[in-house]
Amino acid sequence: MTRRISAFAAFWYDFIIGDDWVVAAGVIIALALTYGLSATTAVPTWWVLPAAVLILLPLSLWRVARHSRPGPPSSPHAS
Amino acid sequence: MGSGALFVAVFLACFVEAVEALTIVLAAGTSRDWRSAITGVLSGVAVLAVVVAALGPSLTLIPLSALRLVVGGLLLIFGLQWLRKAILRASGLKALHDENAIFATELAAAQAAPPDRRGMVGDWYAFTLSFKGVILEGLEVAFIALTFGANQHNIPLAAAAALAAVVVVTVAGIAVRAPLARVPENSLKFVVGVMLTSFGIFWGAEGAGAHWPGADIAVLVVVPAVALFALTLVALLRRINTQPQASLASPQGASS
Repeated sequence: MTRRISAFAAFWYDFIIGDDWVVAAGVIIALALTYGLSATTAVPTWWVLPAAVLILLPLSLWRVARHSRPGPPSSPHAS
Repeated sequence: MGSGALFVAVFLACFVEAVEALTIVLAAGTSRDWRSAITGVLSGVAVLAVVVAALGPSLTLIPLSALRLVVGGLLLIFGLQWLRKAILRASGLKALHDENAIFATELAAAQAAPPDRRGMVGDWYAFTLSFKGVILEGLEVAFIALTFGANQHNIPLAAAAALAAVVVVTVAGIAVRAPLARVPENSLKFVVGVMLTSFGIFWGAEGAGAHWPGADIAVLVVVPAVALFALTLVALLRRINTQPQASLASPQGASS
């Protein structure tokens, strides 16, 4: 029973969070920041999520690149 | 977001996942038992239909801002996952998705498994392999179709796009009787990743109370900006990826 529950939890974790939990946590923090700033100030807040993507995506890629061995590159359009 | 963009986004996402599901079903069918594999597909599709039928109407009852906050956040997380993998593959840091290799692996595993008849199902392994393939690949697509459709108040169009993709892949699979290895799957995943990330940013920010300059027109800036950013990251990672090889090939690298 415990194994089934943990398998179920693992499936949903993999489905929603995926390979890098930092990205998911960063998105939630950015959404909370947008919500908080929008509710309490008159400052434009549309830029928070784009800024989060500008930070989170390179950070996540860098974490993989740091531990990867070099390999032959391929075209994103010819793949 | 127009109806065309909604159709394209859902169609492409569904197309990619359907190609992956087809590879699994082909492996189960050709190596084990077609009848059990097709029963697995139909059972998987039935479960997905129940999920869509149950969640679809309830999603339309949620207030739009709350829906956009939750859905935008989830789409952004999904989109960044897709985009991350696509960038890593395009830059050579991750192996390209190879349907032929996956087919060979699944085929070997299916051939090695012992026969097992359960109830009405002639081959339990073929049934479960197909069923799981359809469910796992289909669940994400069902979510994408539902959330895009609900946000645009057009779930029927999203469902039609998903169905059209499944029909195209099924017809192609029957015609070719082999994994659709020539489909530019990695490029399609890149495009889908860009669209999910862009709409995740747009809807997530709106749901959290932000106002975009230019309102809905802003999405026309966000999509190309995300695409350009992702392509830039591909170019940068390729340079990083090839740098150690270049230094190894240099005289200093060879002598040290």
